[in-house]
Amino acid sequence: MPTSRITARFEKVRAEGRAALVSYIMAGDPDLETSYKALCALRDNGADIIELGAPFTDPMADGPAIQRAGQRSLKAGTKLTDVLALAKRFREDDQDTPLILMGYANPVFHLGYEAFADAAADAGIDGTILVDLPPEEDHELRDAYARHEISVIRLATPTTTDKRIAKVAEGASGFLYYVAVAGVTGSGSADPQDIREGVERARRVSGLPVCVGFGVRTGEQAAAMAAIADGVVVGSAFVDHVRTSLEAGTPDKIPSKIGALAAELSGALADAGRN
Amino acid sequence: MPLVLELEDEYRAAKKDPAFLSQMDDLWRNYVGRPSPLYHAERMTEHFGGPKIYFKRDELNHTGAHKINNCLGQVLLAMRMGKKRIIAETGAGQHGVATATVCARFGLQCVVFMGATDVERQKPNVFRMKMLGAEIVPVSSGTGTLKDAMNEALRDWVTNVHDTFYVIGTAAGPHPYPELVRDFQSVIGQEAKSQLMEREGRLPDAVVACIGGGSNAIGLFHPFIEDEGVRLIGVEASGHGIETGEHAAALNGGRPGILHGNKTYLLQTDDGQIIDAHSISAGLDYPGIGPEHAFLRDTGRAEYLTCTDKEALEGFQLCTRLEGIIPALEPAHAIARLGDICETMDKDQILIMNLCGRGDKDIFSVAEHLGMDI
Repeated sequence: MPTSRITARFEKVRAEGRAALVSYIMAGDPDLETSYKALCALRDNGADIIELGAPFTDPMADGPAIQRAGQRSLKAGTKLTDVLALAKRFREDDQDTPLILMGYANPVFHLGYEAFADAAADAGIDGTILVDLPPEEDHELRDAYARHEISVIRLATPTTTDKRIAKVAEGASGFLYYVAVAGVTGSGSADPQDIREGVERARRVSGLPVCVGFGVRTGEQAAAMAAIADGVVVGSAFVDHVRTSLEAGTPDKIPSKIGALAAELSGALADAGRN
Repeated sequence: MPLVLELEDEYRAAKKDPAFLSQMDDLWRNYVGRPSPLYHAERMTEHFGGPKIYFKRDELNHTGAHKINNCLGQVLLAMRMGKKRIIAETGAGQHGVATATVCARFGLQCVVFMGATDVERQKPNVFRMKMLGAEIVPVSSGTGTLKDAMNEALRDWVTNVHDTFYVIGTAAGPHPYPELVRDFQSVIGQEAKSQLMEREGRLPDAVVACIGGGSNAIGLFHPFIEDEGVRLIGVEASGHGIETGEHAAALNGGRPGILHGNKTYLLQTDDGQIIDAHSISAGLDYPGIGPEHAFLRDTGRAEYLTCTDKEALEGFQLCTRLEGIIPALEPAHAIARLGDICETMDKDQILIMNLCGRGDKDIFSVAEHLGMDI
């Protein structure tokens, strides 16, 4: 089996002695063309892995920033198939940057797990995070993924026990997404010391690279996380640039603002290195 | 997941704990007013000329609906788990009022999430909840309705799980909630069964209930599921008509999907996005349905009919005039279908309908729909 893009990327990042920057944007926010430019800006400014949000009407695990991003995207008419088409377009010029589709189960279930798996593989999607599909319920999805090289990426939190981490890791691949604070996306910053133990536990039990997210907004916070984790996830801070640019009446600035934040974060991660 | 798994463990333990069960029994009896009567609706029976119609009078419960049966159970469970802060979602406000009531009774902090549009149109219940000491959080995210209130409550719960218990009002949500709600509401069907046995010495031929999320219906149906001769009939709200797309009939007008931690029938677009439900009755205004009803439908054990807003208003007036009981708009949907159901039954048969709520809360909207001034 060839090495997956995700695994290859973690090997590269590790060889460079730093943590990976995992960035998130909502597909179709505010439109698909801007999202395409934002994806390129992320890649060109040091994002190692990109999570592409698929909008859903009922994003119960998301805070206000990503909720609104999803509403803007839905208002623009974005469908799951559009998200896949966006990924495919990005993949035409980029064979290396892992793309993770992040969203909720229902649109994927509605399209059909087999049909989705085929379309996602064709679009060059490397993994999915479906936040409301727990390990107990995703075997049909995993069966559909088995013919393709698509990773099921799962989440762990500070309340996840060792036994539960083992369950979460079963059938998961790529990396483990460690949610640093109890709560929804974009909620308050976590204290690195509090989560160090949790991340180490998650890595030990799962045997997967562990990326930490929820609450990271600045280069300084990212650097602090880098000392602990294999990757740092930043989402709401990118999505906020879409909102502020729209409010300022300058939607054309969205890609450059997102690129600038990616540059700040990746620069901080490069400087921080790994302990 | 750890939080729902912990809840499941605690519930399994509570179910076997005689102290828990006897406390619940005492409160049901002396605080809620259970058992609720089983009433022979003579004039309604005469009107339809068919089977003998009984009403299970859950509208006589404290707070005016079946909702409190479940709230009591869940709040006692919360106290067992040492949780001091109770949260709930509410649409029409009945579940919110019931939760706020039980929280007042036990001195617990209560926060109720309610769609911003519902806060506006359900002012009397908002006032009741405030008087009972609850904090109301208007939810304007999404479309500002019941499903969004549920999303917001789930967000609060995962953020504050260390001290917070989420009391879900309908037989939906992540496991074990559908089971929990069903079990606490099954008191309706158990009582009805033994009351009819005492009165008539036999089982009913059909049991009928309205369905939004499905908590009162599953409570009535569940004790009869094994009794194969008993027809289980649910009535969904078809709003302006299923063909208009403005309805709340997840089973009759929806498709299978995944929402709020369960797989069931949902109102959704071709892209799997959730559609807002519409019904004249805010209590039936949910785009999904409890997963057990989805199962009962797919296996053919239960039948699911529909009733429009207009028909429900007729049912409301019929019951008020014939029986001197002002029903809530929710059971008015079941009442409105009684005529059709009776036609499929013989005169010597027996039907029990759950009159799950009283209509005091609905008089303003009924007056408006009928073009009357209050």
